[in-house]
Amino acid sequence: MVKKIGKNVYLALILIFLYAPIATLVVLSFNASKSRAKWGGFTFEWYAKMFANEDIMSALVNTLVIAFVSALVATVVGTMACIAMNRMKKLPRTILMGITNIPMLNADIVTGISLMLLFIALKFSLGFVSVLFAHITFNLPYVVLSVMPKIRQTNKNTYEAALDLGASHFYAFRKVIFPDIFPGILSGFLMAFTMSLDDFVITHFTKGPGVDTLSTKIYTEVRKGIKPEMYALSTLLFMSVLILLIIVNRRSAGKKDISPETSK
Amino acid sequence: MANKLIELAGITKRYGDNVVLDDLNLYFNENKFLTLLGPSGCGKTTTLRIMGGFETPDSGHVFFDGKDITNLPPNKRELNTVFQKYALFTHMTVAENIAFGLKIKKKSGNYIKDKVKYALKLVNLDGFENRMPDSLSGGQQQRIAIARAIVNEPKVLLLDEPLGALDLKLRQDMQYELIRLKNELGITFVYVTHDQEEALTMSDTIVVMNQGYIQQIGSPEDIYNEPCNAFVADFIGESNIFPATFLEDKLVEIFGHKFECVDTGFGINKPVDVVIRPEDIDLVPEGAGTLDGVVTSLIFKGVHYEMEVEAAGREWLVHSTDLSPVGARVGIKVDPFDIQIMNKPESEDEEAVKIDET
Amino acid sequence: MKRNGKLLAAPYTLWMVAFIVIPLFFILFYGFTDNDFNVTLGSIAQISKPVNLKALWLSIELSLISTVLCLFLAYPLAMILKGKGRSSSSFIVLIFILPMWMNFLLRTFAWQTLLDKNGVINTVLSAVGLPKQNIINTPSAIILGMVYNFLPFMVLPIYNVLVKIDDNVLNAARDLGANEVQTFVKVTLPLSLPGIISGITMVFVPALTTFVISDILGGGKILLLGNVIEQEFQIMNWHTGSGLSIVLMIFIFVSMLITAKYDKEGEGSLW
Repeated sequence: MVKKIGKNVYLALILIFLYAPIATLVVLSFNASKSRAKWGGFTFEWYAKMFANEDIMSALVNTLVIAFVSALVATVVGTMACIAMNRMKKLPRTILMGITNIPMLNADIVTGISLMLLFIALKFSLGFVSVLFAHITFNLPYVVLSVMPKIRQTNKNTYEAALDLGASHFYAFRKVIFPDIFPGILSGFLMAFTMSLDDFVITHFTKGPGVDTLSTKIYTEVRKGIKPEMYALSTLLFMSVLILLIIVNRRSAGKKDISPETSK
Repeated sequence: MANKLIELAGITKRYGDNVVLDDLNLYFNENKFLTLLGPSGCGKTTTLRIMGGFETPDSGHVFFDGKDITNLPPNKRELNTVFQKYALFTHMTVAENIAFGLKIKKKSGNYIKDKVKYALKLVNLDGFENRMPDSLSGGQQQRIAIARAIVNEPKVLLLDEPLGALDLKLRQDMQYELIRLKNELGITFVYVTHDQEEALTMSDTIVVMNQGYIQQIGSPEDIYNEPCNAFVADFIGESNIFPATFLEDKLVEIFGHKFECVDTGFGINKPVDVVIRPEDIDLVPEGAGTLDGVVTSLIFKGVHYEMEVEAAGREWLVHSTDLSPVGARVGIKVDPFDIQIMNKPESEDEEAVKIDET
Repeated sequence: MKRNGKLLAAPYTLWMVAFIVIPLFFILFYGFTDNDFNVTLGSIAQISKPVNLKALWLSIELSLISTVLCLFLAYPLAMILKGKGRSSSSFIVLIFILPMWMNFLLRTFAWQTLLDKNGVINTVLSAVGLPKQNIINTPSAIILGMVYNFLPFMVLPIYNVLVKIDDNVLNAARDLGANEVQTFVKVTLPLSLPGIISGITMVFVPALTTFVISDILGGGKILLLGNVIEQEFQIMNWHTGSGLSIVLMIFIFVSMLITAKYDKEGEGSLW
């Protein structure tokens, strides 16, 4: 009993540690005073002003478009690669997986710098497109690493059984393989989207002047003082994901209650 | 009666609302091969885990050699377990696995070395000391798991479906090997399985369990020949189980036909269940038996033919070395002592009667 | 489909070669040349400049401390999460995924507010009669920022290895006479080693190479190797920047080699 309380206290402390800064930002987003140091009363002012701030809005649009497009491209290309890799011999597969792991293990700063050097050498102007390319690049491994295990788990026989029953290769893939690996594809996409959204370092090196994502905008503001609208926007983003997660959790929890598998 | 080595007294165990064991009472003596037999979810593994100390009962007590060990942790109990999927330490060699318990007990290096060697010899794996468990076959891993347990010289060895993961041939070999081991070591084996053949082959005593209750305790012969209720009869081997009326002592009516039997004391005109093993039904020429029927299917099974005979509107399963072709009209005859009478359960709960005596 | 099935990997292969492999050669190229593109080790040798050397040692020191702290915080956490069984998945989202939706820079920046001389933590401390702590703009603040940002990367690999350990293996150790401590030391710990090693690299590498955390929590006065490299690129000094990046990569490579040695089956991987 004491042990159980101890465990829950420890969990709670870790969660406080991880969420204290987030709570701080949420509180600051309602702070009427522009100073971080003191509480000037409750206000929705920053939420109203945020939508009028063109800089912040364009950074938000950039961030979301880059996150969505890069995650989508990475998901399609990465999933295709996984299907192919599953059929490869051991050596080429090992080499490809090795390359996949490079950006995962390498420092973001090195990946960012190396991409910057490449773009400059190719006389490719640094801007929205270069950032997008960079994001696709570091998103690809997340997709591959979450789809690959699912593909390796699929039973080759079910695919062959579908062919045996007269299905075309494409039909067999769509009806037999795809539903099996879909959870992996979805989690790969969400992971890539989240990573892209949260990235600063690689964007920092591959962006040109005039293009900003939320991250790079915040970085320049850190010195000058962060505009409270930024707190409001971040709080809004965070809260919408939190609410989304709660809804999804409720739904799947409701489903779990009737599914017989849970007894295992 | 000899002293009780392990006694379970009034054990109840729940997981949430699910009662896994309900007031279970059981004891057994030294140098026995005891098998807990039943379908999955019957509580047999939970019973074993309570003996091993991996589960604590919600109520009731476990006694070992007369001492209450209900709340003793597993590492303080003088019994050892062979787990379902071997549960070997994959980061250690075979020798290190076997030596694990002895090292904990701070035995000397030479003693451990001799013991490991002896244990490996006992399970027919001499020279495997430096292999890693992952490099061994399932059967070999199972032997290592057994060696790892018996090297600690427990008074009782608990085995949780140890042969479940092996293929048929290997399973049969291991059955004989386990019997040999038990006889060489002279200790008690408590064996959990859902395989009735395994139980009949190896055990001195079988405990048939269902839904958290003990259904019947007895020697393999008793359990097979005189199942005490329809569940046991159905679970152990193939049988014909029919509703019947016990007219008077030594006379029972099945589907309107009177059969002689040897049982007495079930009352007058009482509804009962009867069990007739398929090999106990004799097919005789039409009219010569108690009732007549038609052979509806015939399968050759190697040692015998398996036939289904339709008689009195029901299928009768018959095993016989004599062939009666499909469509043949036959008479059915059963010797009185081959008819086993069982009380009908009056309710669901009573179907799972509990019996406290060996 | 069967024959051209492998062609499906072509876009991926081309992309990764173009944007991962070739760019690394650019770093090597710049790192091994000087401003006139003569081959030299001079750019790499810049690491021996006292300022850079100091930044390197500080990076190693701070990232080692953070890694050790993360390990000691994460291991019990992973054990508790394993014990939670099914319900642990929501905790993992809570620990790992959800915070990422609040921008990483802002989250780190929020620690400024919390650690400030008159910030939340000091207010709480003085309220309960404890002395105020002045750690903002010190190496301690950077360590805190590193632990805060990278803790999840230690928890996950360890958790993933722990949940794969069959409960019966632990039961077997108890059955053979080991008490809880002996079971942990002789069985749980060695079996979870791949996760620990993988977690160590997952934390050590980003901590070693960060420049943002030191920027925000170090007050711009404390330079780590990442800051030095970033500054070299800000002043368009690509050769020195690349040379120092190569030094960084050597450290990463060494830690990867150590991981590969212990994690042959890849069971300690993050995913």
